[in-house]
Amino acid sequence: MAQLEEVSLEQFKHLVSERALTGETMLLNMGPQHPSTHGVLRLLLELDGEVVVNCIPDIGFLHTGVEKNMEAKTYQKAEVMTDRLDYMNTMGNNLAYVVAVEKLIDVDVPVRAQALRVILVELQRIASHLVWLGTSGLDLGAMSMFLYCFREREDILDIFELVSGQRMMTTYIRPGGLWRDVPVEFEKAVRDFLKMFPKRVDEYETLLTKNPLFIDRMVDIGYLSKEVALSFGVTGPPLRASGVNWDLRKARPYCGYEQYDFNVPVLTEGDTYARYLVRIQELRESLKIIEQAMNKLPMGPVRSENRKFVPPPRSEIGVSMEALIHHFKLWTEGFPAPKASIYSAIESPRGELGVYLEGDGGPKPMRVHMRTPSFDNLAVISQIVKGHLVADLVAILASIDIVLGDIDR
Amino acid sequence: MDKKLEPIVKAVQSKFGATFEEFRDEVHLFVKPEQIVDALTLLRDEQNFELLSALTAVDYYPQETPRFHVIYQLTSIAKNLSVQLRVPVNGSSPKVPTAARVFDSANWRERELLDMFGIGFDGHPDPRRILMPEGTEGYPLRKDFPLGYEEPQFTFNFDEIDLRKPYAKE
Repeated sequence: MAQLEEVSLEQFKHLVSERALTGETMLLNMGPQHPSTHGVLRLLLELDGEVVVNCIPDIGFLHTGVEKNMEAKTYQKAEVMTDRLDYMNTMGNNLAYVVAVEKLIDVDVPVRAQALRVILVELQRIASHLVWLGTSGLDLGAMSMFLYCFREREDILDIFELVSGQRMMTTYIRPGGLWRDVPVEFEKAVRDFLKMFPKRVDEYETLLTKNPLFIDRMVDIGYLSKEVALSFGVTGPPLRASGVNWDLRKARPYCGYEQYDFNVPVLTEGDTYARYLVRIQELRESLKIIEQAMNKLPMGPVRSENRKFVPPPRSEIGVSMEALIHHFKLWTEGFPAPKASIYSAIESPRGELGVYLEGDGGPKPMRVHMRTPSFDNLAVISQIVKGHLVADLVAILASIDIVLGDIDR
Repeated sequence: MDKKLEPIVKAVQSKFGATFEEFRDEVHLFVKPEQIVDALTLLRDEQNFELLSALTAVDYYPQETPRFHVIYQLTSIAKNLSVQLRVPVNGSSPKVPTAARVFDSANWRERELLDMFGIGFDGHPDPRRILMPEGTEGYPLRKDFPLGYEEPQFTFNFDEIDLRKPYAKE
């Protein structure tokens, strides 16, 4: 085992101001165990009184070597690792990986599976934004928001349990389609949610959007300019709150997003309040997409008929020799993917979730890289907290909406 | 290839002598390590590729020349285009000039590559490990780095395996 070295100020000398070396400013650790860091994140702060002079994020506490592990598994089996990255966006992570695999092996996906994917991923987006809304409310002292948001999130997790048997680690979206068709109760569950949820969003807005205490804590805090955001690779709601209209669902539609009519909320203020408003509007836009997808949900198969890549349904195995052979080959050996590389990206609740996938001609990936949005979105924090109070740092961190599993991989 | 991408590929090819590959409508341009900063600057300033979407690497061990490819995935929001730059690097003391002065996002991404592949970035403003703890030996994502495992213990060999099990020290 490697010996861990003692960490000294020498290592951070180039990152802090000269006043820290003379002891004029104070260096303070925020985290790794701190409720406002939304996970295991350590921020090394240089403070002048209560004003942040420098902020040095230290990450890696949740590093689990997912990318290395995926190289040792077949394409189908590596998928379960993706759930564990961004645990607030499990369906979206499955989709990002599956879209990449489908692009690499070139397999078709039935329209019903595409529509169901869109419904589930948009539900997941709402669930993820609810966790963000609840926890950032909690950080700013609005305790009841947390309880309300988690109440609604539970309904979405119930829908996931209905379709996949799991609340969070779903692995429901598979290469070539879905694991199985949704049960008959699915339609009613989603319809009930669609009926109930718009009123709840109104409730949240009544509590927060015009609340003077909330506005005082958010407006003009953590200004992120368009240029800085782009240079730091910030994507998702923080980028759209800084005035860049960039949403991969519109720009590069996948899973048939081009069929749905929805708006991409864009604001130019670039502060914490703008990021809040963008996400609140996204909740309503996601509802619009789910409603349209539910209304024209086509009937038909949910898995591709391409037996070289997609296992046959259970019912066929008992009566067809070929189906049995395919089932056996696919689950023991896996399917070969070409010796080539692709990069594909989807819009996760946090931004561009990209997957770089390289095959070596065999059944296991040669390299999988998950380009996770939180990683780049967190890097910008060192720029935008300068000159703010420690209490504002909490608000800014909440508005960036990081998930540490997503950062550390 | 996308029609809009053709002049961009031509520009990079004529300036840097880059070769290119295409797979499923994705364009990969190969440039030399010493050209990468200029190539990124050219694409950012003259062709509107303002977002460095991903920066990663691949290890082709046991192949030694080149052993690694460093991969720069660029996105143009204004034109809605993507292009990938690949830099082949040799296995013995791999080094690439840093792109952190062109794109700020390269700062953390290059630290990740230093941490995971041991690829050095010349002139990097903050060359520390990012995910693994300071003082870790080896580079986990290299192909010659073993994937760790734990020996399963049963009743008959529990004590025997327990003796050589790497427990955390006091």
